[in-house]
Amino acid sequence: MAKVTMVEAITLAMAYELEHDPSVVVLGEDVGVNGGVFRATAGLQQRFGKERVMDTPLAEALIAGMSIGMAAQGMKPVAEIQFSGFIYPTVDQMINHAGRLRTRTRGRLHVPMVLRAPSGGGIHAPEHHSESNEALFAHMPGIRTLMPSSPARAYGLLLAAIRDPDPVVFLEPTRLYRLNKQEVEDNGEALPLDTCFVLREGEDVTLVSWGAMLHETLQAAAKLAEEGASCEVIDLASVSPIDFETILESVEKTGRLAIIHEAPKNCGVGAEIAATVAEKAIYSLKAPIERVTGYDIPMPLFKLEHDYIPGMERVIQGIRKVLEA
Amino acid sequence: MDMDSFELGDLANPRCYTEPLDIGGCDPVLLRAQLRMMLLIRRVEEKIGDMLAAQKIPTPCHLGIGQEAIAVGVSEYLRPTDRVFGAHRSHAHFLALGGEVTALMAEILGRDAGCSRGMGGSMHLWGGSVGFFGSVPIVAGTVPLAVGAALAAKKDGESAVAVVYLGDGAAEEGSIHESLNLAAVWKLPVLFVCENNLFSSHMHISLRQPSNRVARYAEAHCIQAATVDGNDLVVVSRTSDDMVAAMRDGGGPRFLEVVTYRWRGHVGYREDNDVGVNRSTDLTLWKRRDPIRRLVDALTMAGGWDNHAFHAMDEAVKTEVEKAWQQAETAPYPPASALLDRVYAERH
Ligand SMILES: Cc1ncc(C[n+]2csc(CCOP(=O)(O)OP(=O)(O)O)c2C)c(N)n1
Repeated sequence: MAKVTMVEAITLAMAYELEHDPSVVVLGEDVGVNGGVFRATAGLQQRFGKERVMDTPLAEALIAGMSIGMAAQGMKPVAEIQFSGFIYPTVDQMINHAGRLRTRTRGRLHVPMVLRAPSGGGIHAPEHHSESNEALFAHMPGIRTLMPSSPARAYGLLLAAIRDPDPVVFLEPTRLYRLNKQEVEDNGEALPLDTCFVLREGEDVTLVSWGAMLHETLQAAAKLAEEGASCEVIDLASVSPIDFETILESVEKTGRLAIIHEAPKNCGVGAEIAATVAEKAIYSLKAPIERVTGYDIPMPLFKLEHDYIPGMERVIQGIRKVLEA
Repeated sequence: MDMDSFELGDLANPRCYTEPLDIGGCDPVLLRAQLRMMLLIRRVEEKIGDMLAAQKIPTPCHLGIGQEAIAVGVSEYLRPTDRVFGAHRSHAHFLALGGEVTALMAEILGRDAGCSRGMGGSMHLWGGSVGFFGSVPIVAGTVPLAVGAALAAKKDGESAVAVVYLGDGAAEEGSIHESLNLAAVWKLPVLFVCENNLFSSHMHISLRQPSNRVARYAEAHCIQAATVDGNDLVVVSRTSDDMVAAMRDGGGPRFLEVVTYRWRGHVGYREDNDVGVNRSTDLTLWKRRDPIRRLVDALTMAGGWDNHAFHAMDEAVKTEVEKAWQQAETAPYPPASALLDRVYAERH
């Protein structure tokens, strides 16, 4: 088994599907000749040809819209947007068509497409190059939103996303692209959708996080374990729809919940989780729910980026608050 | 690829337009001031490139070395009351309007003294006092903004105009076409300056558009357009002067396509000879179509100017750039409190 980075795992998943499913195509700006801003499509055009791996003009609304058109006619497009901050021109197409064609046609048409984009902080540019905008897509009915947090989950979830008959927005945490390597078997095995992953079992508090923030969350859990606190860490992975069953089960066990995400707090996905836990399991709670999040501002430039993204200290502080309440 | 539809012809051929500029009829004092500005922009960007290479700048920067004549030529006849917009590659747009070198350097270094108070970096420049109403990396993002600013300018009745710089890649975004249409229908005083450097990131225009002449989009919207050599300061200056004058007189929008080439890669300090595009040969040729060298040669041929004068100017410029960098490097960062204090207007 080869050890690969997350971005390499993503390339592997696309290559696997291109190889095994002739209806799969890859498209986007610079994805072909160049291999993509983060090299996620490196080598794919050389291997599968220009008909399958297509360089498009600089036109995100078109990239999304034509992907929807292709998908509704039986193809399986995997489109790349260079940064999730450049995804906004696609929103018109995604919200109006991708998420609605199935309902609108009462199931006669559906849209098996994937819209991939790097997401979150990590390259020290403000705003558009660093946005965490998963909540935006989570709010769109009919669209699945996924965020992997390790090379293996990136591989398995991207395969599942490409094979899924409905549209998936696949947000890849830029910060994790090359952070570490993991053994990933390139066997074409997809992971299940609409489910979260328990990464660490614990008794005292449930920590729900996703994407890059799992890095800090797992570190915080390890640190608190040294002090005798036992944290259960859940990787949400499927930002929408959310696997509440697993979360509720965990909260009923621990009685405490902290949610950690990089995106702004206001109407973030954390709010949905907190609300549902309050609706369904409030009597299991021994302490108020805590959210450790980014601020309600655009991502600032590199120096303040470190203040924006919740660091270990803020994460630990948040968890302590729940533990001690 | 159907080469017949590649309408730019010699304008896109780096073997052409390499001679000294025709400066007949130009004011030599003005030309020297423009030369100095081009040189300043180049040395600033070279310094930024060096500092990127030395890993002293943690944020991505897009350099426009080789394209200096455009911003300098276009800015010459603009007024501080005009409203100018840029995009991701806008250092030159900011400086040519008179934006301060230190404010640019400090911004790139994320310092409080930066032109956007250290909140934006290279791609989010701002210079209200010189008429620069902002650059944003969302390609084509500022084009509709310029249309709105033109409408506001028209309302003000002071014959101010809006100017927006866009690339050949930007012309592929839908909002450009929406903007051209309305600007034409409402006769808004907006100058679209398309810096056609033949590339959008790593993709040559032949892979993206059926023709390499972008001005055809403007013509399709009944907007008067011109396509000129973007490495010829005199031609750029004269054409934009004519266009802006007509706009100030209520002539409606204009579209100026300036054909050029960027010497560095899409982003960063490297020349990008290797990443998916083979542009080594072209780049070598385009460097001979250097807008600065062609003006220097013309001034020398005209007399009253020589190598010595050029070097003296260059040394002065380099000293200015070094000084600005040092000032920027020692300037403080914005306080962490700046994170939260500028999202909404203050409520009293
Ligand atoms: C909406 C959007 N899509 C994609 C990008 C990524 N990107 C930045 S610059 C660029 C190419 C722009 O080409 P062009 O407009 O010709 O300007 P140039 O870079 O040549 O100056 C791309 C694709 C972006 N910044 N914004």
